[in-house]
Amino acid sequence: MLMVFGYNLGPILGQGVLGVVNGAFYALLSLGLAVIFGLLNIINFAHGALYMLGAVVAWFLLNYLGIGYWPSLFIAPVIVGAFGVLLERTMISKLYKLDHLYGLLLTFGIALIVEGLARNQFGSSGLPYSVPESLRGATRLGFMIMPTYRLWVVVASFVICITTWLVLEKTPIGATLRAATENAALVQSFGVNVPRLVMLTYGAGVALAALAGVMAAPVYSVNPNMGSDVIIVVFAVVVIGGMGSILGSILTGFGLGLLEGFTKFLYPEASGVVVFVLMIVVLLTRPAGLFGKAS
Amino acid sequence: MNTTIWGFSRPQVVALLVMIALFVVAPMVVYPVFLMKVLCFALFACAFNLLIGYAGLLSFGHSAYFGMGCYLAAYGAKHWGLSAELCVLLGGSVAAVMGLVFGAIAIRRQGIYFSMITLALAQFTYFICTQMSFTGGEDGIQQVPRPAVLGLLPLDNDMAIYWMVVGVFLLGFFGIFRIIHSPFGQVLKAIRENEQRAISLGYRVEQYKLMAFVLSTFIAGAAGGMKSLVFGIATLSDVTWQASGTIVLTTLLGGLGTIFGPVVGAVIVNTLEFYLAPFGSWVTITQGVIFVACVMVFRRGVIGELGAKLKVAL
Repeated sequence: MLMVFGYNLGPILGQGVLGVVNGAFYALLSLGLAVIFGLLNIINFAHGALYMLGAVVAWFLLNYLGIGYWPSLFIAPVIVGAFGVLLERTMISKLYKLDHLYGLLLTFGIALIVEGLARNQFGSSGLPYSVPESLRGATRLGFMIMPTYRLWVVVASFVICITTWLVLEKTPIGATLRAATENAALVQSFGVNVPRLVMLTYGAGVALAALAGVMAAPVYSVNPNMGSDVIIVVFAVVVIGGMGSILGSILTGFGLGLLEGFTKFLYPEASGVVVFVLMIVVLLTRPAGLFGKAS
Repeated sequence: MNTTIWGFSRPQVVALLVMIALFVVAPMVVYPVFLMKVLCFALFACAFNLLIGYAGLLSFGHSAYFGMGCYLAAYGAKHWGLSAELCVLLGGSVAAVMGLVFGAIAIRRQGIYFSMITLALAQFTYFICTQMSFTGGEDGIQQVPRPAVLGLLPLDNDMAIYWMVVGVFLLGFFGIFRIIHSPFGQVLKAIRENEQRAISLGYRVEQYKLMAFVLSTFIAGAAGGMKSLVFGIATLSDVTWQASGTIVLTTLLGGLGTIFGPVVGAVIVNTLEFYLAPFGSWVTITQGVIFVACVMVFRRGVIGELGAKLKVAL
């Protein structure tokens, strides 16, 4: 076995890789938050609740309609995304002219409603969601044996993140979106339907959260609290990375998962707080975040 | 301004007298322990309102200071045998020291970021509380005795401690009112309205914000300290982010930036919680619905709307 500083390298790498699984979810969620924040200028507090809703919808599809994991991966985000569009049209769009804090308060209220209803329906204990047939078993990675499903989560999340980034950076749609982020009025005057763009962006960001939720269902089980547990960490991720850069939020998400994993090995008691400690350090040294531009 | 006593306007004096009269009458009608709970949360909400309503700072993790006040007062009463007023002061002071450190970190960013950072710092505190030995972890600190005030006046009787809670509440309430109407408070309002302008006028904005944060956390901690003496218990539930959300709701519902709003909000929210408690998660759902309703149609809150209708600032 390889040794580093007197530690056995195997378990460290093992915990690190498991941490990256968490990081995959942080990355997907903070990516969605960043995209929504860029255009709507609101922090979507409901992001965690909608992530949970994605998992719940997948569970419903499986247990009531017999629709399995693979179709759910597509159907659940579409349903939750449509719900997001409805929220944006009926409520969030009325707040754009007000202080941004109202957007935070509104989406916090929505999060409470969604979570409360879920807890009412399922109680606080988790509902099992089994790993799809084709991803069962384990894969040898050389230094460790990893459950195939978790490997899939990391790879899929990475691909989704990079695809989103490419869409935003390299396609005409992405260019329009970035332009609208800079100056919505000007883009509107070029004939782009900005309100529709905003609506679809919110829907897409929410769908991304729901997709993460479906992927998380077999890992963490479907639990009404799964969203609120993760959203605060994701907020810290967003503060650390800075919301100026999409790539930044992806890298920070994966990086922090990795850091959490290592901490679990070196000093398990601190694994819950390491993200917050890092946030404090970043705020003291680079207040705008690792990838953010100074305001 | 049509001021009378200590900067209170005439309608405010009337409202204040009505409020004090209610404090006297209410324990004859309502269970005093419930009233004390309302008063503790009302003071907490007033402290929170000092930040959001007058300095424009939305702290989304204020329960960390309230909860820490709970723990310290309970610990002081149980293990150090401190008298009641020292327990409350201890809770407030430790919360203020925490507020000084966390506030200094959080005010490095503005607006929504400030909210997210305070929330993350509160969650950090929550994790610390689950791990430290003095908090008793999941068990909390139980069977906290009710020490006498100054070691002389025993508080074992519910009515005795009720008057102490009323006293501390009024002290905090007057204190906040004076802060708001002092030159310091005027500068806070200027920062809320236009931070860039306040900077260009030569005010050290960060120091003002930090001072407001420390004052607010001190009062929040004292409110928490009182609560743990009333109930004889300090638990993790007062440190959770859900508790932070509840206090945001309380203030929003009562009226941001109004003097009596947080008090009315505390009455409504605690009454709702009391009646909805048997229905479990319906408390959360109702809170969510009120949040949405407040933001969509009712932004000024109960007292804000009332004041607008009567054309007075309450």
